[in-house]
Amino acid sequence: MLRTSSDTREIDLLTTSVRDLNATLQAFGSNTRSDEASFRVLTPNGAHAIAVGIDAPLNVEIAGHVGYYCGGMNKCASIIIDGNAGQGVGENMMSGVIHVKGDASQCAGATAHGGLLLIEGNASARCGISMKGIDIVVKGGIGHLSGFMGQTGRLVAFGDAGEALGDSIYEARIYVRGKVESLGADCIEKELRDEHRAELFALLKQADEAHKADVSEFRRYGSARKLYNFHIDNAGAY
Amino acid sequence: MPPRRSATFDEHAIAEIRRAAATGIYDIRGGGTKRKVPHFDDLLFLGASMSRYPLEGYRERCDTRVILGTRFAKKPVELAIPVTIAGMSFGALSAQAKEALGRGASLAGTSTTTGDGGMTPEERSQSKTLIYQYLPSRYGMNPDDLRKADAIEIVVGQGAKPGGGGMLLGQKISDRVAKMRSLPKGIDQRSACRHPDWTGADDLEIKILELRELTGWEKPIYLKMGASRPYYDVALAVKAGADVVVLDGMQGGTAATQDVFIEHVGIPILSAIRSAVRSLQDLGMHRKVQLIVSGGIRSGADVAKALALGADAVAIGTAALIALGDNDPRYEDDYRALGTTAGCYDDWHEGKDPAGITTQDPALSGRLDPVLAGRRLANYLRVVTLEAQTIARACGKSRLHNLEPEDLVALTVEAAAMTRIPLAGTDWIPGL
Amino acid sequence: MCGIAGLFIKRTRLQPRLGELLASMTSTLCSRGPDSAGFALYTAGEPGRAKLTLTSVEERADFEALGEMLSRAVSAPVSVVGRYTHAVVTVPADLVNLCRNWLLENAQDVRILSEGGHLEIYKEVGYPDDIARSFGIASLGGTHGIAHTRMATESAVTATGAHPFSTGPDQCLVHNGSLSNHASVRRELGRDGIVPQTENDTEVAAGYLTRELKRGRSLGEALKSSVEDLDGFFTFVVGTKNGFGVLRDPIACKPAVMAETDDYVAFASEYRSLTPLPGIKSAKLFEPKPATPYFWEH
Repeated sequence: MLRTSSDTREIDLLTTSVRDLNATLQAFGSNTRSDEASFRVLTPNGAHAIAVGIDAPLNVEIAGHVGYYCGGMNKCASIIIDGNAGQGVGENMMSGVIHVKGDASQCAGATAHGGLLLIEGNASARCGISMKGIDIVVKGGIGHLSGFMGQTGRLVAFGDAGEALGDSIYEARIYVRGKVESLGADCIEKELRDEHRAELFALLKQADEAHKADVSEFRRYGSARKLYNFHIDNAGAY
Repeated sequence: MPPRRSATFDEHAIAEIRRAAATGIYDIRGGGTKRKVPHFDDLLFLGASMSRYPLEGYRERCDTRVILGTRFAKKPVELAIPVTIAGMSFGALSAQAKEALGRGASLAGTSTTTGDGGMTPEERSQSKTLIYQYLPSRYGMNPDDLRKADAIEIVVGQGAKPGGGGMLLGQKISDRVAKMRSLPKGIDQRSACRHPDWTGADDLEIKILELRELTGWEKPIYLKMGASRPYYDVALAVKAGADVVVLDGMQGGTAATQDVFIEHVGIPILSAIRSAVRSLQDLGMHRKVQLIVSGGIRSGADVAKALALGADAVAIGTAALIALGDNDPRYEDDYRALGTTAGCYDDWHEGKDPAGITTQDPALSGRLDPVLAGRRLANYLRVVTLEAQTIARACGKSRLHNLEPEDLVALTVEAAAMTRIPLAGTDWIPGL
Repeated sequence: MCGIAGLFIKRTRLQPRLGELLASMTSTLCSRGPDSAGFALYTAGEPGRAKLTLTSVEERADFEALGEMLSRAVSAPVSVVGRYTHAVVTVPADLVNLCRNWLLENAQDVRILSEGGHLEIYKEVGYPDDIARSFGIASLGGTHGIAHTRMATESAVTATGAHPFSTGPDQCLVHNGSLSNHASVRRELGRDGIVPQTENDTEVAAGYLTRELKRGRSLGEALKSSVEDLDGFFTFVVGTKNGFGVLRDPIACKPAVMAETDDYVAFASEYRSLTPLPGIKSAKLFEPKPATPYFWEH
């Protein structure tokens, strides 16, 4: 483990195992101060389960592409991925920030309960699947079945959305600026009212995009709530 | 001539057609299969006689301990008896029922399992050993509870509905259930049938890696599946890196699903165990990856037979609920008011359980005294264990786990073929 | 349940390194498929000659002696290059059917894994890295190739049950996923004269594509119709004499990542498998879209 000038510790995955890296990061408790520890992870080379299960406000920057489940179940930490993220980045995240500088593979932010997942590039299929409170901001497009069974939280896409957006959605809110290929079962476009513009503006601000993108260019999608209780006339949607 | 009823269009079939025509919805119910399928009753033990010597009851020890999760986990689960409590959710069950399960299991020295709905503080505090289910819905899933658990059970499916997702109807989504699941109150909860962030054993291998990394490689990882193609499914569970495989037959209960699913998908546990064990043996992993079987376990005889066929432990669900007081005849008037009778009540999803177990109605759930119900469960678990020991001793075993297939014979040709146990009085195993 | 790697080289300078790069890519996929592995490489061919890759179900087969017998039987020169448990037998292209039939009739233990002007297939049971080493995959050059590591689902773990599968000249296919209607498609193929040699669902997919190509369809068309006709979960990577194609099922749960540079197009189940490739840091990375055939040709 090297110490660089600015108190950022470097951990190179060429010489350190993911297990040792995670054990180091997980050793910090939730009473850690936010400026106490910063890490830079080198040579990730697409390895899986990097920086999972952190429970402290650490700053972790990963220099390169990561594999599956990077930042899984994160609490409090700020994780920057300077590259692409594999399947399920930030899965079941509770709080904190995960910032993907490149693209994210399928199931980004799956089932996550809180925090912010910011993706500079595109996110592929099932972005925000079964989301439970997280905010996801994607500056590119999102793939098919994004927001599938989204329970709560917000999903914002600057680019286009693939087929079956928001299929079987519950109370999650989706904002898309680009073209939507098709809407999934029980997902409808909804009026973008002032409260939504305010909500969207706050999200853009978190994503450092305030005043760069006009909130009125986005369209809002959410649940028609027709599948909330079974009715035979909706059987075709099942 | 008396009028003749059709065997095909029998009373039940006709009633179901009428019901479907009137309501426009498939029949949803709880529990497992109700029709007769080959079961443990079709096997018998060969007690010791002249060629083998039995052990003396009570005085000569018959060990019942079992250790689960010895493959990779730093902290395997150690249980006093090989009878565990199957996963049942808070939501499907009342908080009192969950508490009672924890109390009873802890008294008897075994584990309980959470369900589709997260971990309640009541359950964690009452269960000495608690298995935390990791389900497709991930309701209430969080890293703190994950670390509080003694083992993690990844649920791929269950015997009542292999290939199906969960179903909890609006009547049971109370404020507390809704909050735990991040859902609006009163809506039908439609759980997914596949996990949201992995599909297939090759990706599951990476998911298991993540869960181990999240918990410092301490906790055993169980993999629960419904019995359908056990030989291949168990092999894939082993290759994906599971410590323990939980195999649930079609008699295993569910909180609620389509009747057509319960009765027509999946196979009886009797027909699944030998294939699962053969799969483990072919990989050299029998007893290294432990096998828990479930689905219709009622008595110590069933436990002994499951173990003799090669399982390391069993899980009980329906029997545990009955032990707590489910379908108790003392509530017969209430059952009749619901259009059923004690012993048949399975509309668990409607939340009107007179016994206060499968409900979120405070007036009903208040009927269940968790301390008393826990005591009843502990009594039952002890009886089951004593029964299994009685059989094992009669077969000359000082450990329950030394029961083996050769201690059994089959009563029916079907059971012989399914279990590869010879038909009683012969050396014949059909199909071999 | 598996890992897939594929590499299509666009410029000749990387061609000598095909085997080496493909073996390194496959090395990262061992945990996705610990049961068996296989490599299909499109190597240099000789005009007028065809190659048959052979293996044997017996422990050891004397392919040299077999080659001599074959040569005498068809009265034509036959060359044999042995590699570990396999051999590539080169015969006159116009006699390839005659040779194939002679082998089927006279060498009961031998299985023909591939046929074509360029395609060679090497596959065995065991840990993927060991298999690559045993065959000396790294020493082989060529224009394109695909590789596979297998976690067996429902069919036996055998060398012939390993991927890639070839059911037509210079055609091969690898698969990640699980088909749910392969038994019916297998029966249908049987009626059309294509009889898969194993119980593997992937061989059914390969046979399906071969049948469609025989019917005069392009590979792109065949891939497109397979989305309708094959059910279940799949990511396919296919090779033909000149080309390399990728297809994912409409639900697209099985992973797929691609990289393109001026030098190559590469496919892998996971990004880490692409990391050994030269210039990967500046490559264009993307995921193939569901139900959309992708195809590259020389």
